[in-house]
Amino acid sequence: MNRDAKIKEGIMKWLVQISMIVTTAVLAFIVIFVVVKGLPYIKPSLFSLTYNSENVSLMPALLSTVILTALALVIAVPFGVFASIFLVEYARRGSKIVKLIRAMSETLAGIPSIVFGLFGMLFFVTFLGFGFSVLAGALTLAIMVLPIVLRASEEALLSVSDGLREGSFSLGAGKLRTIFKVVLPAAAPGIFGGVILSSGRVIGETAALIYTAGTVAQIPVSPLQSARTLSVHMYALSGESLHVGEGYATAVVLLALVAVINVASSAILKRTVRNRI
Amino acid sequence: MNCFVVRDLNLHYGDNHALKDITLDMKYREITALIGPSGCGKSTFLRTLNRMNDLIEGCRIDGSIRLFDDDIYAMSDVSVLRKRVGMVFQKPNPFPMSVFDNVAFGPRTHGIRSRQELEMIVEKSLRDAAIWDEVKDRLKKPALSLSGGQQQRLCIARALAVSPEVLLLDEPTSALDPISTAKIEELLDELKAKYTVVIVTHNMQQAALISDRTAFFLLGNLVEYGETKELFSNPKDERTREYISVKVGAGNSRSSSSPDVARLVG
Repeated sequence: MNRDAKIKEGIMKWLVQISMIVTTAVLAFIVIFVVVKGLPYIKPSLFSLTYNSENVSLMPALLSTVILTALALVIAVPFGVFASIFLVEYARRGSKIVKLIRAMSETLAGIPSIVFGLFGMLFFVTFLGFGFSVLAGALTLAIMVLPIVLRASEEALLSVSDGLREGSFSLGAGKLRTIFKVVLPAAAPGIFGGVILSSGRVIGETAALIYTAGTVAQIPVSPLQSARTLSVHMYALSGESLHVGEGYATAVVLLALVAVINVASSAILKRTVRNRI
Repeated sequence: MNCFVVRDLNLHYGDNHALKDITLDMKYREITALIGPSGCGKSTFLRTLNRMNDLIEGCRIDGSIRLFDDDIYAMSDVSVLRKRVGMVFQKPNPFPMSVFDNVAFGPRTHGIRSRQELEMIVEKSLRDAAIWDEVKDRLKKPALSLSGGQQQRLCIARALAVSPEVLLLDEPTSALDPISTAKIEELLDELKAKYTVVIVTHNMQQAALISDRTAFFLLGNLVEYGETKELFSNPKDERTREYISVKVGAGNSRSSSSPDVARLVG
């Protein structure tokens, strides 16, 4: 190797190492900062079932977050996955309609969430009369993550080799059996990745929820009641500036929740694919 | 007795005339090898025999293919045809599920639900594909954990599990190492006793070694078809002679775009 190439290689190696260190450091700094600021405020009283102005309990928000996330995913995932099945398995490949839907979903994925919030407020809250409610919030979030689920599932289905489809057809299986028994299981990890990405987006969402699910800090017992998620709770606390410490504590809980979801979902994924790959 | 009777078969992919006036009879319980340079239509022809070309858009087929007494293009249910005519592909394509479920996939497709019956079929199919001893303790393990050669024999077992009459193989050993290839060649020789076998191969030694009859395709035409010994030792057509001599002369050539193609075309 000549000297120039050696120098180039050295610089390149140095660059990637610096990038890696900077990226990790920024992330680590944020996590440490939040934990240091928030941990002292995590007290049993913060997990009381009711919220009031003396004790800004985050429990209602924690439960609301879980409920809203689950509801939004339950609505969005089936539609997204089935739509992707249509695009990949039924529509003619490269047809106009597929291109149009793809362009639309890509556009939707890039739209700021406040736009979804505004739409949700005008349509679900006002026009359909749901009021500020868990239902309106979940539907708005479902629409927001639909493009993510759709694109992830589509990519996952496209990455399943046609050899598997042919193998299934050659044994006399029909289209439906081929899709559900062979293609979908093979695409499951990719689809799952999209679902996790969506759940992250839902959990972190604030703007789209303030105008649809509202900000009432209570444990919702009906889908038509208002509720605030952890993110909205944090936004409210820091806006009031009386309970900034509890706001950081909420951030710690939020981080923990996301970590738990990630670990649990990868464990589930491992279990489901254990006998396959 | 003839297994397949093909008459005046023409196949078009859009404007591309891929098979031209193919007429031949394939004998019951024999191995028929289809040879020829890449793009000559041999794989396309193989796939007309179980109507896999139906899946391709813009594919038009004229002429007739009869499987014993049935015109296969008049069949309303392709799944019945594909149950009778199994297929093994160039690249091993086990499904991402356990060894057992792979073999049981076909029988389950055709309505067999009883565990006992499935176990019987799976064992028999794996034995027939000469892989039972290697996987009998790993039936619950993912099929993708097997080696390439084992995967291909598993795919053969999977095809046998629906008790087909015919087995189509599309270059089944081209992605395998020589030892796995030898195992499959040996296996095919045994399968001949129970099944009619049609195999596409680029490997002349393989065709000469295992087949009873050989068909040589070139540019969509069936150039020559006859008993393998006769075709290899005394080809009637100059193009066949040239193709065989170049291929055999080049040794165990599996390259698909070898210069022989250009010479034959030119």
